[in-house]
Amino acid sequence: MALLSPPPLRSLGKQLSALGRDHPPGAEGLNRRGSLEPKDPRAPKRATLVALLLAGACLITLDQTPALAPVRTIAGDVFGPAESAVSSVARPFTDIPGWFDSRDKLRGDIADLKAQNADLRRQLRITDFGRTRLEEYDGLTRSAATLGYSLVPARVVAYGSAQSFSHTVTIDAGSASGISPDMTVVTGDGLVGRVLRVSRTTATVLLIVDPTSVVGGRVGGSMQVGFVHGSGEVSRGGTLDLELVDQSVAPVKGETVVTWGEGQDAPYVSGVPIGKVTGVFASVRDSSRTVRVQPYVDFGALDVVGVVVPNGTKGDRAVIGPDGKLG
Amino acid sequence: MNSIRGAVAALLVIVALLLQLSVFSYFSWDGVVPDLVLLVVVAAALVRGGQFGMVLGFCAGVLLDVVPPADHTAGRWAIALLLAGYVAGRVRPEVGSHQGRPPALTVMATVAGCSFVGTSVFALSGLLLHDGSTGTGSMLEVVGISLVWDVLLTPLVLPWMMALLRRLEPERLRA
Repeated sequence: MALLSPPPLRSLGKQLSALGRDHPPGAEGLNRRGSLEPKDPRAPKRATLVALLLAGACLITLDQTPALAPVRTIAGDVFGPAESAVSSVARPFTDIPGWFDSRDKLRGDIADLKAQNADLRRQLRITDFGRTRLEEYDGLTRSAATLGYSLVPARVVAYGSAQSFSHTVTIDAGSASGISPDMTVVTGDGLVGRVLRVSRTTATVLLIVDPTSVVGGRVGGSMQVGFVHGSGEVSRGGTLDLELVDQSVAPVKGETVVTWGEGQDAPYVSGVPIGKVTGVFASVRDSSRTVRVQPYVDFGALDVVGVVVPNGTKGDRAVIGPDGKLG
Repeated sequence: MNSIRGAVAALLVIVALLLQLSVFSYFSWDGVVPDLVLLVVVAAALVRGGQFGMVLGFCAGVLLDVVPPADHTAGRWAIALLLAGYVAGRVRPEVGSHQGRPPALTVMATVAGCSFVGTSVFALSGLLLHDGSTGTGSMLEVVGISLVWDVLLTPLVLPWMMALLRRLEPERLRA
């Protein structure tokens, strides 16, 4: 009948007592129920528990040094292709959540699409004039989008879960495609993050919404500079906080924040749009001012990204040149 | 036989890891995905005992720590899953003596307990190591959501995983 007592509480209690036991040895033996049943040979042994805990501590200590970098690279080499394969097999099924969109969202989508439709129809009526103009715009936007840098296209194949409290993704291009750490990762919408480490076929990207990520940012209107970091919110959407160097200026809601920096040695290339200002909060206590920034990139739906590489990079895949052509 | 059992458990862990990283992220709830690897560890510990559960938990945790896109200090998931395996293993002797199969409710409760222990140990180790700064509020939120996910997924995943692991057990050792 002991079975029917609530096990979670009990297991937690055991857990806590087990944790406590590790330090002052042997206050209470493991075979607490020894009189009730024969000792199970496969019950967890305390020696193994301690040994493995120490091994874990050892790993943590080792990881404070660069000693584990080769291990991570090997893991990337082995598991990266597997992640790419699983991701490409799963891609057709990953649209399924879209089936469960709420009616409100679908209504909103319909309204958006109607508006777009009307817009397109209007454009169609002025098609001749429009076409030439479009070509110009297209070229402009494309070069604006690539900012005069070369891009290596890549797909996101694995996401770090929120349980790990860090916002990182794996992309399916690595050192074989000419990618190296600290390179900037963008999409057509704006800045995604920077490359942390690479293996041969994959790279790990730190997203700008991660609380440890810091990007130099410049407010478009006033040219004020500051630092953008992830606010560490759990949700995928994520928001950013901008801390201005000059605390006396207040950006206006809706202003664009772009990256600054020369991009040669520092991680981020300049001029990539990061997001738009959605609000300004002043803290009376330390008389500082936090600017809330909504990123342009939808981090919940990352798929195709581009890695900014030096012009003329050669790799195992096509590079999009600064002129927007594949090279 | 022994090596086959180990290989099957390792294969389960690897498949779970790939699904968790590459597929489940599309179904995430606020970025939290079901902790499939933890479920494998709990299943193994319930069927094969805490000793095996601990070792498998440690190995699976090391994988979670180094396979990209992991960026946290290595060893944190290893310790978290090791303790989860230990907790699940402590439940097993009791349920084992009960006609060989743990009752469904006990399995659910074990998963809930292990999920709570695993995720919280990971989160707390982050606080201790100053590895990624997250507020306690969102930490509790993540722990809660992942607990709900794991319990929701238990009836879908655990029965066949435990059946598979049990089929590889030698007859005389079946509790």
